[in-house]
Amino acid sequence: MTSLLDTLFNGLAIGSVLMLAALGLAVVFGLMGVINMAHGELMMLGAYTTYVVQNLLKTGPLQALFPAYILIAIPLAFLVSGLAGLVLEKTVIRRLYGRPLETLLATWGVSLILQQLVRSVSTAFFIGLVLALVLGLGLPRFLPAAWLRQRWSPLLKLGSWLLAGGLGIALAALAGQTRQLRLPWFSARNIEVTAPQWLRGSIEVAGVTMPTGRLFIIALTALSLIAVHWFLQKSVWGIRIRAVTQNRSMSSCLGIPTDKVDALSFLVGSGLAGVAGVAVTLLGSVGPNMGGNYIVDCFMVVVLGGVGKLLGTVVAALGIGILSYVLGSGSLLLLWPQMPAALNSLITFFATTSMAKVLVFMLIVAFLQFRPAGLFPQKGRMVEA
Amino acid sequence: MKSLAQNQPTRRLIGSLSALGLTLTLASCGGGGGGTGADKAASTDTGGAGGFDGEVKVGILHSRSGTMAISENTVAEAELMAIDEINAAGGVKVDGKKLKMVPVEEDGASDWPTFAEKSKKLIDQDKVAVVFGGWTSASRKAMLPVYEAKDAFLYYPIQYEGQECSKNIFYTGATPNQQAEPAVSWLLKNKGKDFFLVGSDYVYPRTANTIMKEQLKAQGGKLVGEDYLPLGNTEVAPIIAKIKQALPKGGVIVNTLNGDSNVAFFKQMKAAGITPANGYAIMSFSIAEEEIAAIGPEYLEGTYAAWNYFQSLDTPASKKFTTDFKAKYGDKRVTNDPAEAAYSMVYLWKLGAEKANSVDDNKVRESLVGVSFDAPQGKITVQPNHHIEKLVLIGEVQKDGMFKILENKGMVKPVAWNQFVPETKGYTCDWTQKRPDAGKYKL
Repeated sequence: MTSLLDTLFNGLAIGSVLMLAALGLAVVFGLMGVINMAHGELMMLGAYTTYVVQNLLKTGPLQALFPAYILIAIPLAFLVSGLAGLVLEKTVIRRLYGRPLETLLATWGVSLILQQLVRSVSTAFFIGLVLALVLGLGLPRFLPAAWLRQRWSPLLKLGSWLLAGGLGIALAALAGQTRQLRLPWFSARNIEVTAPQWLRGSIEVAGVTMPTGRLFIIALTALSLIAVHWFLQKSVWGIRIRAVTQNRSMSSCLGIPTDKVDALSFLVGSGLAGVAGVAVTLLGSVGPNMGGNYIVDCFMVVVLGGVGKLLGTVVAALGIGILSYVLGSGSLLLLWPQMPAALNSLITFFATTSMAKVLVFMLIVAFLQFRPAGLFPQKGRMVEA
Repeated sequence: MKSLAQNQPTRRLIGSLSALGLTLTLASCGGGGGGTGADKAASTDTGGAGGFDGEVKVGILHSRSGTMAISENTVAEAELMAIDEINAAGGVKVDGKKLKMVPVEEDGASDWPTFAEKSKKLIDQDKVAVVFGGWTSASRKAMLPVYEAKDAFLYYPIQYEGQECSKNIFYTGATPNQQAEPAVSWLLKNKGKDFFLVGSDYVYPRTANTIMKEQLKAQGGKLVGEDYLPLGNTEVAPIIAKIKQALPKGGVIVNTLNGDSNVAFFKQMKAAGITPANGYAIMSFSIAEEEIAAIGPEYLEGTYAAWNYFQSLDTPASKKFTTDFKAKYGDKRVTNDPAEAAYSMVYLWKLGAEKANSVDDNKVRESLVGVSFDAPQGKITVQPNHHIEKLVLIGEVQKDGMFKILENKGMVKPVAWNQFVPETKGYTCDWTQKRPDAGKYKL
């Protein structure tokens, strides 16, 4: 009995991490059909937000709030990643709707840029970047409006961006003369996020050790799931998102601002990635490369669950979680002690973490051969061109 | 009709996605990481001392980007520091001339084939006299054929699994008998007989664990379980379940995980109650001062590590090394065993070249055996098997992220071919012998 409970709890624990990480992707990929390879990096931004909040609260006047820093980090991470996602949508994705392979490449590029950004951002770098952006966006506004209507106006814009970029680099180089400004904020090293004391221990229920950090993630996942469900089913904007998912041109005819709907879905999806980023700081390492550890699993969950269905994401995440725990820990042998010897040795062979991962992947690929659209297929726009 | 037409692209998309997923998994298994290196260390400055009669180019080949960059940056920085010091003291004195050491830096990018490719470039294009480089055994295995084919030389600063002895590599990190074996003996004597082995899934942990299993058999220990985690994997729950099953009341855990997985491992172990306070003795072979800072001392306090150098080693040479390193790269930085080995090997090469009176790599190779250097860990000497006699230390992690040295086993001679493993028992390596099989022959 205990071993069954133990299996269920650990499967749920692994599954909830997968689910939380994949939830944002389910919105972005499932509802909008955008293959967002930068999803892992949006999680990373959430994790870095946690790090910043932790450091701000460690000392100073707000020290009393330190034990709760992770709760404060959740909404902030949602905002930071959500805004980053919004910028990404406005600048890149918007131009690529209906072209999934191009979005794949473009967002892959964005993920590399984000990784490098956290590695090299310093005060000097930041000042230069802000100056370049302000000038680049601001300069054309000072030019006579008539010029911008000319045939050569793209050249003018290019020129002003080049000028802005040059000035930005110059200012960054100038500021970089001072050692204090040149020091990177995070550097390429991994950073240390330490869970608050109350999330470091564990409690024991019916003989099963439940780490409080895991319980926290399960609760956070459940809350996020309920919130997303409510948002999509009950709120005005959620209903609009679903309408656009089902039929874009008809929704547009009926006066739904599809531009805003796209931006909002992307913001929500990216924000959820940020929340997942906060959660994984309790379990793993935080560094510029951490996104890559999660992206494959996220896509695996969404594809297996069926694109466009939240229920599919939930079932797929829990299924993969329980399966990889049962296989990886070899607890099948405990649950069924009188197993035939042939099966027993087969299971022992796969009862290592590496082999369990291989087996789970093989099972998923095999499953998709029979149900290519996943567990819960849904008709919808895959952003029809 | 409509649903069919719509299904088609979905299907194709999912097909290409699963293919992509597979590629990505493979790529991450290979440990590849995107991106380019940040915070490059300031390259050596000319020193202004002047008066050099020429230059000698040396290659520095470490991962300055990707997953391994975190660890390898420190090693590269230690090598650059040694080069700067040598230049400030008048360079390499060969044949009555003072040669300035000029480092040529390349980025291995945490990608093993890149290490081989950059090695070729350093040897053929830059014509360096020697290459200091590598970290993971996988990168060394990838570079080895290049150096053997071109009869060039690689100086490799990291503790490794042994079972290799190339004429073209100088191994300045520990062999298993200078790290893993004394650590296991110590654990058997002081901490218990039941061992669980956890490692990353690649050549070093697997070979090291093979050796430890043989040693446990020979010395009366008992292996209760072992598991391997793919590099970069952060889900440790199945392994923790196995540890709890195998060692319900405490025992010894030997950890050869590398890189990011360590963070996940220790965070989740602590949450599950597998801690020193509950009777678990945890010994790690890839966690030094640098990694403690990244994981957080809270999670590691009370666990053990075996190395040949700790920053807390209380000797004047060790203190000077740490002070100099901090002065050059910042107050918050720490020194560790790989940095110490990397720093020392640059000096060893310089002393070898001066003894040979030439920077020709084959002459340096012959003269280097027997050369001694007063390293931060003490006086180290190059042995005939191209390894170093090293100090063996066992330490316990303290609250401040430093090690308290529990045991100092003194200088230990390196053994390349392991004597616990039946296949290599009785074999030895001696490059001063003029025999074709000097790399591996039976005594």
